[in-house]
Amino acid sequence: MDTKDQSMSLAGQPPKALGTGQKFATTLGLSGLLILLLAVFNVDFPNKVLWLSVSLAAISAGIIWFSVQAYTGKHPGIKNDGVWFKSISGRGLWAWMLGIVLTGFYVILYFYPQFLGLRQGEDNTGIIALFDPLSRLLSGNPASQWFVYGTLYTIAILAFGVKFILKYRHNRYEKLRTYSVMFFQTGFAFLIPEFMARLNGDLPYYDLKNIWPLNYYMFEQYRVNAFIDAGNIGLAMLIFGVLSIFVITPVLTYKYGKRWYCSWVCGCGGLAETAGDPFRHLSDKRMVAWKIERWVVHSVVVFVTLMTTAVIYSYLGNDSSKYWLTRDVFLIGVGVLLTLVFGWAMIFRRNQLKKDAQYGAIGYFIIIIALIGFHYLSGNGQVFLFSSGTLRKTYAFLIGSIFSGVIGTGFYPIFGNRVWCRFGCPMAAILGFQQRLFSRFRITTNGGQCISCGNCSTYCEMGIDVRAYAQKGENIVRSSCVGCGICSAVCPRGVLKLENGPLEGRINSREVLLGNDVDLMDLVNKQ
Amino acid sequence: MEHIVIIGNGISGITAARHIRKLSDKRITIISDETDYFFSRTALMYVYMGHMRWKDIEPYEPHFWQQNNIDLLRARVTDVHPDSKKLTLSDGSSFSYDTLILATGSVTNTFGWPGLDLEGVQGLVTKQDLEELEKHAPDAEACPRAVIVGGGLIGVELAEMLRTREIEVTFLVREGAFWNNVLPDREAGMISRHIQSHHVDLRLNTNLKEILGDEKGRVCGVLTEDGEEISCKLVGITTGVRPNIQFLQNSPVHTDKGILVNRFLETGIPGIYAIGDCAQQREPIGDRPAVEAVWYTGRIMGETVARTICGQRTPYSPGNWFNSAKFFDIEYQTYGWVSSKRKRREHEAHFHWIHPDDDKCITIAYHVDTKLFLGINTFGIRMRHQVIDRWLTEGKDLPYVVTHLKDANFDPEFYDQYENEILSAYNAEFKTQLKPAKKNWHRIFFNTK
Repeated sequence: MDTKDQSMSLAGQPPKALGTGQKFATTLGLSGLLILLLAVFNVDFPNKVLWLSVSLAAISAGIIWFSVQAYTGKHPGIKNDGVWFKSISGRGLWAWMLGIVLTGFYVILYFYPQFLGLRQGEDNTGIIALFDPLSRLLSGNPASQWFVYGTLYTIAILAFGVKFILKYRHNRYEKLRTYSVMFFQTGFAFLIPEFMARLNGDLPYYDLKNIWPLNYYMFEQYRVNAFIDAGNIGLAMLIFGVLSIFVITPVLTYKYGKRWYCSWVCGCGGLAETAGDPFRHLSDKRMVAWKIERWVVHSVVVFVTLMTTAVIYSYLGNDSSKYWLTRDVFLIGVGVLLTLVFGWAMIFRRNQLKKDAQYGAIGYFIIIIALIGFHYLSGNGQVFLFSSGTLRKTYAFLIGSIFSGVIGTGFYPIFGNRVWCRFGCPMAAILGFQQRLFSRFRITTNGGQCISCGNCSTYCEMGIDVRAYAQKGENIVRSSCVGCGICSAVCPRGVLKLENGPLEGRINSREVLLGNDVDLMDLVNKQ
Repeated sequence: MEHIVIIGNGISGITAARHIRKLSDKRITIISDETDYFFSRTALMYVYMGHMRWKDIEPYEPHFWQQNNIDLLRARVTDVHPDSKKLTLSDGSSFSYDTLILATGSVTNTFGWPGLDLEGVQGLVTKQDLEELEKHAPDAEACPRAVIVGGGLIGVELAEMLRTREIEVTFLVREGAFWNNVLPDREAGMISRHIQSHHVDLRLNTNLKEILGDEKGRVCGVLTEDGEEISCKLVGITTGVRPNIQFLQNSPVHTDKGILVNRFLETGIPGIYAIGDCAQQREPIGDRPAVEAVWYTGRIMGETVARTICGQRTPYSPGNWFNSAKFFDIEYQTYGWVSSKRKRREHEAHFHWIHPDDDKCITIAYHVDTKLFLGINTFGIRMRHQVIDRWLTEGKDLPYVVTHLKDANFDPEFYDQYENEILSAYNAEFKTQLKPAKKNWHRIFFNTK
C-alpha cells in the first residue's frame, strides 16, 4: 500500500492536540532542558548546585506532569489512540527533528566532548562543569561527559518510567518490569559505580549488570590489571564478570527467557522501554528486515568474539611456567568452548535450526579459522593481520558508538526503539540463541482465538511478525523476543501469554485446524 | 489445470486459497472488488483509531500472493452462470472457472427505516464504510454527535471509535441492556454500565423510527419511536449483518437468507461451494445458527472446503463453539453455550461471579440435573482455549470446573487471580467445601496428572 493509506483522514484530523496542562508540562520540561543548553554555550551559572537541581527537577517534573495529564483521567487500558496520527510518533516533522537532535547529541558526546566542556588537566567548562558538584558529591571526582550522559540517561529512565507505569497501570507485568529497570539503572549503572570509585579509587568503573559482550571492554588489559591490583574485591568482581556470562546468564535464560535481562535489567533495554516506548510501533516487520537482522546481529557476535579473543591474546604471555593461562592455552580453550556449544546445538537441536544451522556453521568456522590464524600469523603485537588495538578501536567506533548510540538511540523516532537491541547487540544475540534452543520461555498462542488484527505485530518493538504465528495457532519462540509483554497487552482477544512452561511441546510447528473438531485435528496432525 | 475461482478475499476465501495451495498446485484466482489485498476486517476500527495504518491490518505482505502463485483480481462479479461455468463481471466481461467458491461475506442489515439513503447513514463492514466514516466523522468539529442504532458487537466498536475523536455518541438499543439477546442479564448490565462510563449516551429500550435529512440530502438527526428528535451528523446502522448474495438473484444457486449448503459446503450445483458469512446450512449443526457470521467459523469453513476440493471430501464439523470480543476496555471470551435469558433452555442453570470493581465477571452454564459443564463466559479474565475446550469435550462437571479454574487462567503473569474468590462464592452458594486444585503444567499441556 502506498503512503496515502497511512492516514485515511480525508476531510479533517482526529484530536491530537495537547491539553492546557500538557502544554504547561511541556514548557516546564523544556525550560529545564534550556538551562542545560545555556550551560553548553558556556553561560556561567553562579550557583551550579542550585541551577543543576532546578534543571533536572524541571525536566523530571515536566515529564511526570505530562504523563499524569495524559493518562490518569482515562480508564486503565490500552492507550494507543492516535499513535499513527501524531507527528512525533507517526514519523512526522517532529519525529525527524527529534531524531536529528538526538543523533547530533550522540555525535558530540562520543566524538567531540570538548564542545560539552570537557577539559583535560584543567577545570571543566560548559555543561560538564555544571554537573561537577553532583559528581563530586557521589564519587569525589569532577564530572566527565559520561557522567553527564549517565545522569540524564537515568533521569530519562526514571521519569519516562513513571509515564510508562501510568500508561500500563492495569498491567502488573509491565509495572513490575519497569520498577526493575528503574532500580537497576539507578542503583547498578549510576550510583554503585560512583560509590565504588569513592571507596576504592583503583577499581575501574564497573556496572555489575553490564555483561560481556554488551560490555565489550570488560576484559581489556587495563581493566583486568586494575581489578587484580585492587585486591580481593577487584578479583571478586572480575570473577563475577566471568560467571555472569558463563553461569548466571544461561541459568536465568533457561528459566525465564532472555527477558530477565533485556526488559528487566539492561540499561539499553531500560531506555528503550521507557523513553522509547512511544516509538515501539516503528520497527520494521517485513521479512526482509528479519533477514537483515539475522545477518547483522550475528556478524556482530562473530566480530566481538574475535575482537575480545584478540585483545586478551595480545596481553597474555607464552611462558607457562610464569602463569598457566598462556596464549596457546587460551586459544585452545576458546576453541574447545565454541566447539562444545556448536556441537551441542548441531546434535541436539538440529531439527529446530533448519536453515539457520548453515549460518551458525559459517559463524563457527570463521571463528575457528581465525583462532588458528591468531596462532600462526601473530607476533610483534600483531594479532592475525591487524593489531588487536585496531580491532578493538574499530569495534568501539562502529559498534560501541555509532551503532548503539548514534543509530540505536538517535533514530528512535524513525526506526523504533530497539534498533540496537535487534540489529546490533551481541549480548541479545547470544541470549537469543539460548532462548530459541534451550529455555522454558515462550509466548503461548491461545488456540484459535486470533483474529489477525495485527496489534501484536504492530506494537512489537523487535519487529517480530507475531501475528504470523498467532493466526496459525503456533506459539512464538523467537530468539529476538525480549519479553516486553506488549503484544499480550495490546491483544484485544486475549490470545497471547508470556510464560515459562515445560520444554516439551514448546514449539508446536504443526498447523492445527483452529477450532475444528477433535477427530479432524487428529487426522490432519497424523499426515 | 483445474482453475479454482474464489469470490471474496475475506478470511474465509483467503483461508480456502491458502489451504488449497498447501494441498495442491491448482490454479487459484481470488476476485474482490473491495480491496487489492486481504485485510483483517475485525481490525477496521484500529485504523480509524490511529492504532494501526492500513497496511498493518494486512496479514500478508504483497509479495506473499505472487510467491504462492495466487492470482488476485480486482473486480465485481454481477452474475454466475453454472451451465457455462462463467462469471459476469461488472465491466461486462466474462471470466471462466472450473470450481467456484462463494465467500462473499456480509452486508449491513437494515430494517427499512425512512432516510436510509441519506448521506451520512452507514454501516461498518467494508473498507468503503471506513472511508465513508472518515468523510462523515473526521472529528468532533465536523460531526459533534453521532447516533448508533443497534446494540451489538459492531455498534460498540463504532462507539469506541467515535469516542477516540471526541465525538458525542448516542447509542440506541432496542433491548433492556446492551446485547442481552446474547448475554445473560447480569453480564449485559455490567457491559452497559461500562459503555456509559465511557461517556456514551446509551438509550436502552429505544427504537429508531426515522432518519432525518436536510435539504442537501445529508443526515441531520433521528426520530425515535418515543418521539424524541436527536440531531446528529452521522447515523451508524449496526443492527447486524446479512449474507451478501444479491449477485446470485438471477443464478440457479439456491438461496434463502444465505447460500444454502450441505455439511460439505456444497451448494448442490456441482463445482460450486459457499463458505463463511454468506453460507447457510440447510440443517443447522447442534445449537449453532444456520448462518454463522463469525471470523472463526469462516476460517474453519475455508480449511474444510480446501480439503474437499483437493480430493478429501470433508464435512464442516466445527468443534466446541467459541468466540471473543472487546467492549471498550473489557475483554470477553466465550466457550460452549451460555444462553441469554430469552434463549435459556430449561435444563440450563448459571453460576455467576462478579468482581466488586464491576469490570470482571464470569458465568458458567451447567446442566441443572447432571451438573454437566455447558459453557463459560468471562469478562476481564482471559481463559486458555485448549483447557476449556478439553473440559467441554470430555464432559467435565461444574465442581471440576470451579476447582480447576487455575489451569484455565490465561491472564498475563503477575495479574491478580480470582479463582479462590470464585470458588468461595461457589461454596457459599452451593453449600459445599471444595478446595482449589493447584495449577498443573502437565494437566494443561499433556492432559496428564
